[in-house]
Amino acid sequence: MSTGFHIVVCGSVVPDPLQTLEPVQGPAGPQLKNEMMLPAVLDPWACHALYEAAHLASKTPESKVWLVSLGPKAKLQQVMMTMAQKAPFELVALDGPAGGFTEAFSVAKALAKAIEDITGLDRRRLLIFGGWQSASRGTGAVLQMVGERLGIVDQFQGVDELKVQNDGSLKILERIEGGSYLISTCIGPPAVLGWATGMLPEPPNNPQVGMQNMRLLMPALQKAKPVSPGAEGVAFLKVELPRQRRETRIVKDAPVDDIAGEIIEWLRG
Amino acid sequence: MEKILFLAHTEPDGTLAAAALEVLGAAVSLCGELSAELNVGLVGENADKAAGGIGGCGAARFLSVSGPEFSTSRYASDLFALDALCKACGAAIVLAPATSRFSRALPGLAMRLNGRADTHLTAVAVREGAPVITRWFYRQRMWAEISRETRPWIMTLESGCFEPWSGEATQVSVEQVSVELPESARRTTVLEIQSPPADERTIRPEASILFVAGAGWTKKQPDGQEHVKEAGNLILGFVDKAQASLGSSKSLVDLSGEGQEVLNFMTHLHQVGQTGATPRHKKGLSTCCHGEEPHVVGWRFITERRAVNLDAACGWAQGKADVLYVADAFKVMAKVNELLG
Repeated sequence: MSTGFHIVVCGSVVPDPLQTLEPVQGPAGPQLKNEMMLPAVLDPWACHALYEAAHLASKTPESKVWLVSLGPKAKLQQVMMTMAQKAPFELVALDGPAGGFTEAFSVAKALAKAIEDITGLDRRRLLIFGGWQSASRGTGAVLQMVGERLGIVDQFQGVDELKVQNDGSLKILERIEGGSYLISTCIGPPAVLGWATGMLPEPPNNPQVGMQNMRLLMPALQKAKPVSPGAEGVAFLKVELPRQRRETRIVKDAPVDDIAGEIIEWLRG
Repeated sequence: MEKILFLAHTEPDGTLAAAALEVLGAAVSLCGELSAELNVGLVGENADKAAGGIGGCGAARFLSVSGPEFSTSRYASDLFALDALCKACGAAIVLAPATSRFSRALPGLAMRLNGRADTHLTAVAVREGAPVITRWFYRQRMWAEISRETRPWIMTLESGCFEPWSGEATQVSVEQVSVELPESARRTTVLEIQSPPADERTIRPEASILFVAGAGWTKKQPDGQEHVKEAGNLILGFVDKAQASLGSSKSLVDLSGEGQEVLNFMTHLHQVGQTGATPRHKKGLSTCCHGEEPHVVGWRFITERRAVNLDAACGWAQGKADVLYVADAFKVMAKVNELLG
């Protein structure tokens, strides 16, 4: 049996973090104002997962990386223009809504089905990667649900490091409370890993990788299966922006001693 | 009558964490408003011993899954334990703390039970006889109130948002729920918890103040030089003297990958914001940080905010802080540390 990994990264599109977001009521429930016009990026934690997947695959012969992504086809295409240059992967695209107000349960079902349908996927060598939560819904629930549907009971969240040991077992560092790490070993795949930031920097754009990816990326987008992970059974009673806006007191040209004294008084207050 | 199940795991010393007692408080309150039956489910090495500490909570049943295999935080064993507790109870609504352990396991449990999970809740209320939850979306940029009909409905509650339960310890009868772990659930072994030494610990969730250092600390100062070592001493000096929790902007922790001289004690664990933590300290002091939105979203639950920055037009000045001191953070923090003694 091959010792390589089949790594499936799950990640969707989210609005660029510098955008101003405003909730509005749409025909199918809450959504973002001008959602389709907002510039999109691949979810930041999913990006880290993808970089870690590519890094692991590059070190482990006979490994392969897929990116399974559910989002509006136009948005996926926009995002893939950048992501294709970051790491080698094969895209499995699902055409559907990707906003924060969709149901984790429904999204997980769609993703799990798409993973099951990947041709040539060896479930014995399967590692499912993703961000430990998304920058949209932020539940930190989808990966676990995907894993459950695929029968994977070795799952880790808030992962910052994965090392493959000499005997093929996996040593994993997960973030826990108080700035500590939980260190575990797992006999081997299959496993689910929800990544935090990991240890790798964002890779530079690599045009050669981009061209290689694009050969399969565009056909993958064209045959993206439509899915409808709505929000059935859930009622959004209210969606609002936080009202609080502070009236900032700006202290200029004050002596350092006065500023420090005021800070001390505030700390002790 | 609907059943509500309060789930908690024990700490290494066999007690329940403060976060668990907060959820118990919420569960007791919810039961009162819904006229529902409260059940308690505990997981841990000697989980039944923890039951006595909350025996006065008014639960109709106390259930536990105990044993050495359930002492550590592991998805598979937690999943099987929680599944057994939920099935033994038949609860329609499950409340649990959003600890790392339960955040890992409970969504998978929701799928297993064909229920639904809502996580990181900041409020649970009752309206027209039905539960209504509040949680945040888009990295704390907006919040929503949600109700569901699907059951079971699994909820994980954020810490610092609910009044903790307090009451008398009482001897209670605990039903042991037996769980036989299959081989497939034993493939992961928890080795250890890696924590910084006590005197090097800088992340303190229990601290009353969060101190955030931005990339400005490592930039060239008015004399044209970088003073990274001095910056480190000032930052760690304050964190130690004030027993503050240390946070960082993304740009500062990313510097270590860019070949610059860095603050070696800063890691991605310290990062606050879009791809970092959302801490819950009462006060936060930001220094040498621009206060851009992707960072400030992580400050959503910091009640009182002050900032020190040389730029009077930085993000903090735009309604993101209560006070912005336009000043040199090196000088200000040196004086603050001197006054702290």
